[in-house]
Amino acid sequence: MEYLKKYPKLFQWLFLLIVFFALCFAIDVPETYKFIRGQAEFVKDPNQSVYFFLGKEVRYYAFDVFWRLPPLLGWLPIWINDSLFFLMNEWMPMEFWNEDTQEFKTRPLLLEISRNLTSFMTFLIELIREILLGGLETIVAFTSWDFIDAYPWLELPGLPWTIVAAGAAILSYKLSGKGLALFAGLTMIYISIFGQWKPSMQTLSFILVAAPLSFIFGLGLGIAAYKSKRVEKALYPILLVMQTMPQYAVLVPALVLFGVGDHAAVIITMVVAVPPMILLTILGLRAITPEVIEAGRMSGCTNWQLMFKVLIPTARRDILIGVNQVIMVCFSMAVISAFIGAKGLGFNLLLALNQLNIGLALEAGLCISLIAILLDKMSLAWANKQTDYFGNLTFFQRNKNVIFFGASFVIGIILAYVGTFIFKGSFNYLFEIPHNKGISTADFWNKGVDWIFDTFFVYIKAFNTWLIQDVLQPMRALYLRMPAVATLVLAVGAGYLIGGVRSALVVAALTLFIALSPWWDRALVTLYMATFGVVISCLIGFTVGTLCFQNKKSAAFMLGVCDIFQTFPSFVYLIPVMMLFGITDTSVLIAVIVYATIPATRYTIEGLRSVPVGLHEAATMSGVNKFQRLTKIEFPLAFPHMMLGLNQTIVFALFMVIIGAFIGTEDLGQYILKALSDKNGAGIGLTLGICVAFIGLIFDNLIRTWVGKRKKHLGID
Amino acid sequence: MSQTVIKCESVYKIFGENAKKMLEESNGNVDAKTFQEKGCIVGVNNASFEVAKGEMLVVMGLSGSGKSTLLRCISRLTDATGGKIFIEGQDLLELNNKELIELRRNKMGMVFQSFALLPHKTVVENIAFPLQIKGTNTEESISRAMEMVKLVGLDGRENYFPRELSGGQQQRVGIARSLAVEPDIWFLDEPFSALDPLIRKEMQDEFLRLQEKLQKTIMFITHDFDEALKLADRIAIMKDGIIEQLDTPANIVLNPATEYVRKFTEEVPREKVLIIEDVMDASSKDNLGDLKVSKNEIIENVAEKILTQEKLVGVVDSNNNIVGSIKPSKIIDTVFGGRKNGS
Repeated sequence: MEYLKKYPKLFQWLFLLIVFFALCFAIDVPETYKFIRGQAEFVKDPNQSVYFFLGKEVRYYAFDVFWRLPPLLGWLPIWINDSLFFLMNEWMPMEFWNEDTQEFKTRPLLLEISRNLTSFMTFLIELIREILLGGLETIVAFTSWDFIDAYPWLELPGLPWTIVAAGAAILSYKLSGKGLALFAGLTMIYISIFGQWKPSMQTLSFILVAAPLSFIFGLGLGIAAYKSKRVEKALYPILLVMQTMPQYAVLVPALVLFGVGDHAAVIITMVVAVPPMILLTILGLRAITPEVIEAGRMSGCTNWQLMFKVLIPTARRDILIGVNQVIMVCFSMAVISAFIGAKGLGFNLLLALNQLNIGLALEAGLCISLIAILLDKMSLAWANKQTDYFGNLTFFQRNKNVIFFGASFVIGIILAYVGTFIFKGSFNYLFEIPHNKGISTADFWNKGVDWIFDTFFVYIKAFNTWLIQDVLQPMRALYLRMPAVATLVLAVGAGYLIGGVRSALVVAALTLFIALSPWWDRALVTLYMATFGVVISCLIGFTVGTLCFQNKKSAAFMLGVCDIFQTFPSFVYLIPVMMLFGITDTSVLIAVIVYATIPATRYTIEGLRSVPVGLHEAATMSGVNKFQRLTKIEFPLAFPHMMLGLNQTIVFALFMVIIGAFIGTEDLGQYILKALSDKNGAGIGLTLGICVAFIGLIFDNLIRTWVGKRKKHLGID
Repeated sequence: MSQTVIKCESVYKIFGENAKKMLEESNGNVDAKTFQEKGCIVGVNNASFEVAKGEMLVVMGLSGSGKSTLLRCISRLTDATGGKIFIEGQDLLELNNKELIELRRNKMGMVFQSFALLPHKTVVENIAFPLQIKGTNTEESISRAMEMVKLVGLDGRENYFPRELSGGQQQRVGIARSLAVEPDIWFLDEPFSALDPLIRKEMQDEFLRLQEKLQKTIMFITHDFDEALKLADRIAIMKDGIIEQLDTPANIVLNPATEYVRKFTEEVPREKVLIIEDVMDASSKDNLGDLKVSKNEIIENVAEKILTQEKLVGVVDSNNNIVGSIKPSKIIDTVFGGRKNGS
C-alpha cells in the first residue's frame, strides 16, 4: 500500500500493461487469419466480405472485431483517387488561349494551372541546366523550334567544367576562405574526372531551382504564420503531418498532378522541404526578444524594414538551420524523385542499386554527398559573411574575385579550345568528361564487395540467419499477434497516463485511423522494424553520446560527424549495407540503425551540454564522483532533451524503414513503392503516407507531452 | 518655463480585452482591483505631466509599477488606452503610421535595458542602422557612426560584434545608436540596470557628461532611487501605474507626498542630495556672521564650514546678493533629523 502511494504512476503503468496482456491472451487468433496478403490486397475472393460506401466497393476479410477492425476507411484511397482525377480532368472547365494552335480551348482549371506551373518549372531547370551543360530548350522557350532550326549557332554551348570548378572555388573563397575553396575545387575536379559531370550538373540544376524556391516559400509562409495567428492555425496540422510523412508517399499524388519529370520532382521537393523551413522560421521569429523589435521600431523602421533588416537577421540562427534542412531534403529528394523521372545522380544511383552494381552506386552516392556538403557549407558561410567598410582597398583588391573569375573564364575557354586539337576525333576532356569515360573505381569496389562476400560469406550468412530467425521473426510475430483492441487500449492508456484526456483522444484518433485503414497488419510490421531500429539506435546513440560528452573535443568532433552524416541523402545509406548484407531485412534494419543513430547521439550530447555549469559545481562540491554526477545530476536533467532525440530517432527510423522498401520489405513502404507504378496509386500512396505519418505522430504527441511536463517539473525552460 | 516638449494628459494604459470600453465606463476613476477581477491589468493609471526642453525627467518605480509601460506609451510602442500625448504640440495618438515613422526617424532615440543590439551587425553597423533605415547612403552613415563611436569612447572596437563586447560597452553602442540621428527626445529604459555597480557609476557619470554637452529632452526610467536622485531634474515616482509624486529631487526628499515615497527617502543621505537653497531660511537676512555660502552648494560640501560657525550663515546667489540665511543647527537637523526615529 505504501509503495502504491509512493509511486502511483508506476502502478498505473503496471495496471495498463496487465490489461493489455490480458486482452492479448483473451483474444484468440482466428483460425482463418493469414498475414496481410489476404487482408489488404484488392483481389477478389469468395471469402471476402463487401460493403459499399459513397458508391465505392470495399472488399476485405472479416475477422472478429476484437482481433482486427474492419477496414471502414477502405473507401478513402479510392475516393481520394477518384477525386483527384475529377479535379484534374473535369472540374471547372474554362476557356484558355492556346499559343500553338492560336485558338481558345476548353480545359479544366486545375489541369491548366498544373500545365503552366509545369512549364514554368521546366523553364527554370532547363535555364540553369543549359548554362552548365548546354542545350537549346531555353532559346526555344523564348522563340520557337523553327527559329532554332534557322539559327543553330544560338544553341547554348554550356560551360567547360574547368570554368565551373574555378567558379565554385572562387565563390567559396569569397564566402568563406581557403579551406572551403580547396574543398569546392577538389569536389568539382573529382566529379569531373570520375565522369559524373553530366548527372552531377543535372542534379545541381535541380537543386538550384528547388532549394531557393523552397527557401522563399518557407520563409514567406513562416512570416505569414508569425504575423497572423489564423494562418498559423491553418498551417500547423499540415506541417505536423508533413514532418512525419515519408517522402515516398508524396511522389504518387505528384505523379498524377504534374506528370513525370524534373519539374514534378521540383514541385514535390518543395512540398517536402517547405514545412521544416516554415517551422524553423516561426521558431526563430518567436524567439526574438521584444526589446530588439522595439529598438527596430524606434529606429524608424517601416514594417518591411523591420521584417527584413531586423527580425530575419536576428532570427538568422534558426533560419539557417532551416536552410540546412531545405538543402538536406532537396538532396534526399534528388534521389527519391528519380522514381518519377528526375534526371541526374539520383537516377544513376537507383539504376546502379537496381543492378546491384555497388561500385557505381557508391560513386554516384559520393558525388551527391560531396555536393550536398559543399552547398550546405556555402550557404552557411554566405549567411555569416561580413562587410569591411574601412579597409583601404585598391580597385584590384576590391574586385579581385570578379577578376579572377573573368581570368579563369577566359583560360577555361582557351583550354577547351586547345582541347579540340589535342583530343581530335575523341572526347574533349578539357570541355566535358562524358559519363563513363572518366576514371571509375566501380570495378575496384565491386571486387571488394565480392571479396568480402567470398571471404566472410559464412559469417555474414550465419549472423544474418541468426538475426532473422531468432530475433526478427519472433519479434514480428509478436507484433502481429497483438489484437487491434488490445493495441488501442495500450495506446489510449499511455496517452491518458502521460497527457490526460486530451492526449488520449489525439492518440486514439490517430491509432483508429490506422486500424480502420486496410493496412493495419502492414503498419504493425512497419512498427516492428522501426521499434527494432529505434531501440538499437538509442542504445548506441545514448552510449556514444555520453562517452563523447566526457571530453569537450570529442563532443565537438562527434557533433561535426553528425552534421556531415545528416547531409548525406537517406538513400546513400542503403549502399554500404547492401554491399555487406545483400537484399535482406538485415540490410534495411542496419541502414535504419545507422541513420537513426544520428539524432540519438546529437540530442544526447546537446542535452548533457545544456546542464547548467552551476549544477556541475554544486555537485562537485557535494563530493560526487564522475559516475554519480552522470546518473544523479546529468541524466535526469538532460533526459527531457534526450527524449526529444528519441522523437527524432523515431521519425528518422520510420523514414528509413519506408525507404527500405526499395530493398524489399513487407511493410507499408512496399505498398507505397507499388503505388508508384499504379495508375490508380495516388489515393493509396497518400493514405499509406498518412498512416506512416500518424505512427510517427502518435509517438511525437506522447513524447512531446511528456517532455513538456517533465521540463516544467524540473523548472527548465 | 521654457518650451514644453512632451505633454501627457490623463494617460491610461490598460491591458486586456474590452479595456477601452471598461475605461470609458469608469469615467476616469480606474481602480486596479475591480479591473483585475474583470481580467484587465492596469499598466498606467491617469498619468499627467509635462517635460520641458532640455529637461531630464526620471521615472522611478519598482518592477510592475508601470514605468516602462508609460515610456512605451509616449514612444507609442504601445498605444495608450486613453488620454492624450503631445510631442512638441503634435498629438501623438493622431499620427498615422507614416508620420510616426518620420517622428521616430528624426526626433526620437531610445536605449534599452537589455541593449537590444542587432547580433548580426558590428558596432559601427549597429550605430549606423537608424541612419541607413532613413535612407542615408552607406558612406555618410558610416562616417557619422564613427563619430558616435568616438563620442561614446569605443574607438578601435568599431568592427567588433556585440557578442564580443562587455555589458557596459554594449550599452555604449546602444547609446550611440540612439543618438545617431541626433534626436531631440531621448528615451532611456533602465539603461544601466543590467550593469555591474562600478560600471553603472561610470556610465552614469558619462551619461551626465553627454547630457551636459547635448542638452536633450530626456525621459529616463529606473528602479534605482539613488540613480534617479543623481541624474534627474525632476523625478516621477510610480506605484501600481499611478504617479505618486512628481517633483525635484530635493522636494521629494524633504517633503515626500505619500508613505510609499517616504520609504524610499528614508535611507537617502540628504547632505548629498540637497543644496543650501533647499534648507535655508529666506525670511531672515539679519544678524549674519562673516561666512557666506552660495545657495547652489550641495550641503555636504559646506557642512563642515557652517558647523564651525556660531552665528547665522548668509546665503548668497550667483550675484553675491544675500537671499537668506542658515543656522548651523539646521544642518544637523537636515542630516540627522527627519529619518525613521527623527524629529
